[in-house]
Amino acid sequence: MDTGALDVVVPILYIIAFALFIYGLMGLTGPKTAVRGNKIAAVGMLIAVVATLLRVQHNWILIVIGLVVGAALGVPSARQVKMTAMPQMVALFNGVGGGAVALIAWSEFRTSGGFLDTATYVVVASLFAAIVGSVSFWGSLIAFGKLQEILPGRPMGLGRAQQAVNALLLLAAVACAVVAGSGGASQLWIILVLLLAAALGVMVVLPIGGADMPVVISLLNALTGLSAAAAGLALDNTAMIVAGMIVGASGSILTNQMAVAMNRTIPAIVAGGFGGTGVAASDDGVERTVRSTSASDAAIQMAYASQVIVVPGYGMAVAQAQHAVKDMAKLLEAKGVEVKYAIHPVAGRMPGHMNVLLAEADVAYDALKEMDEINDEFARTDVTLVIGANDVTNPAARNDPSSPIHGMPILNVDESRNVIVLKRSMNSGFAGIDNPLFYAERTSMLFGDAKQSVMEVTEELKSL
Amino acid sequence: MQSGSLLANIAILVLAGFVGFAVISKVPNTLHTPLMSGTNAIHGIVLLGGLIVLGELENPSVLDAIILIVAIAFGTINVVGGFLVTDRMLGMFKAKPPEKVSAEKVSADTGDGAQSTDGQVKR
Repeated sequence: MDTGALDVVVPILYIIAFALFIYGLMGLTGPKTAVRGNKIAAVGMLIAVVATLLRVQHNWILIVIGLVVGAALGVPSARQVKMTAMPQMVALFNGVGGGAVALIAWSEFRTSGGFLDTATYVVVASLFAAIVGSVSFWGSLIAFGKLQEILPGRPMGLGRAQQAVNALLLLAAVACAVVAGSGGASQLWIILVLLLAAALGVMVVLPIGGADMPVVISLLNALTGLSAAAAGLALDNTAMIVAGMIVGASGSILTNQMAVAMNRTIPAIVAGGFGGTGVAASDDGVERTVRSTSASDAAIQMAYASQVIVVPGYGMAVAQAQHAVKDMAKLLEAKGVEVKYAIHPVAGRMPGHMNVLLAEADVAYDALKEMDEINDEFARTDVTLVIGANDVTNPAARNDPSSPIHGMPILNVDESRNVIVLKRSMNSGFAGIDNPLFYAERTSMLFGDAKQSVMEVTEELKSL
Repeated sequence: MQSGSLLANIAILVLAGFVGFAVISKVPNTLHTPLMSGTNAIHGIVLLGGLIVLGELENPSVLDAIILIVAIAFGTINVVGGFLVTDRMLGMFKAKPPEKVSAEKVSADTGDGAQSTDGQVKR
């Protein structure tokens, strides 16, 4: 095709592509249309890539190498990742997207001789993309490391100095960007921009821990979207502008929804420092004891209850206990016990994490109750079974103004008549905060691997 | 690039932002993770940036070639991995084939029947 025809064909293909993105995304917001929506968006992406390849004039071999290597790395990891490891996988895929943006900005600097004779808006958009892309790449890598437990999950930071350091890093990155954008500057400056932004990304995510992690991944997702839109502006590419901006906007909303669900604001989360402080303060020198129970006692308690509420958390995901839980619930229901599942908006490491796992185990959709729906029911519930959840059940969030998670909405597990907590040990949760629920009079602990414990309870139920 | 395309592009940018807001305003909690993963795949559109820059570059230096190949590989991982992972996650919400469900239900019903009488005796 000659270039005149391409000037018409390529933009039209882009329009088709982003129309499919929007249509697909609309599908993704409903449970029945979601699978199709995702496929529609994927078709849009294929069209956008093909349209772009039509314009390629040089370096075919190199381009094919890049595509093949990417597919060879991406496909197997996406196929093989366990459902429990999904959050860190999303963080990783998000990170490489941000990394791509940063690298593209770098190469634009190099190929234009340091933005010589380049329109101002292109320079500004490229440098914005460089900073945000680099922040997103390194921030996502840290998030991945924390969730994969390569790095410690608890917050690590500089305390009060953190915010000042972050602000300085941002200012320094912007200042270097101004020099880099002045036209014909040395390549050192753009590298400095990328490095300072990298340090910023690391410093922003390192101090964040606990239930804030999903919010951060969502925030980084939105940032990568914005950087993609900026790169699209610099390259005059409508498909990139539309797709990037949609992700930027929708990601921001999603981030905000998650933050609101925890009674936190996005600035407060990014400012960091959640947990770690004031943790041991509640000891008061009083020796507190926990009551431990056995699988058979737990089974008897539940078998004679009229209602049992299961509160799943990350521990259930780690132990892959969802199928065992489903089997146990089936037995209980056969004995006339009503079983419901209370899903905290940020249970696990991502919103909807528990829903995905329980759906995998064929738990009925309407047995899953959201927090507001079920919180009044705990007081009428005979037994609440907490499976590897911690921070989302911590009554200190409601009662103790000195607690770092004070104000976060929690499941009112402590109101139910009996609480059985399945837990590996008395270690504190992901946020590193002690949980008074475990010492309450009505609480008994069943120590051990969640899956193992649930299976033991199930065996006991069978023999009852 | 024609003059005025910057303003047109900014108009597109603003409109796309509002579309993003409008589409996402009401999503059940259940779908938050797949939705995040789906939007994550869509920003893999950055792949196009790598294709455009490398596709227009005559005789790239080794460093330029490496930077852009890595960028393209990263973008491809983002796109392919993102869509595949989302599809796998969403697959779990799909209804099971009808015959399997009914078969399970029958066996469950018989088993349940025996046990529920058992349970009632004990009460």
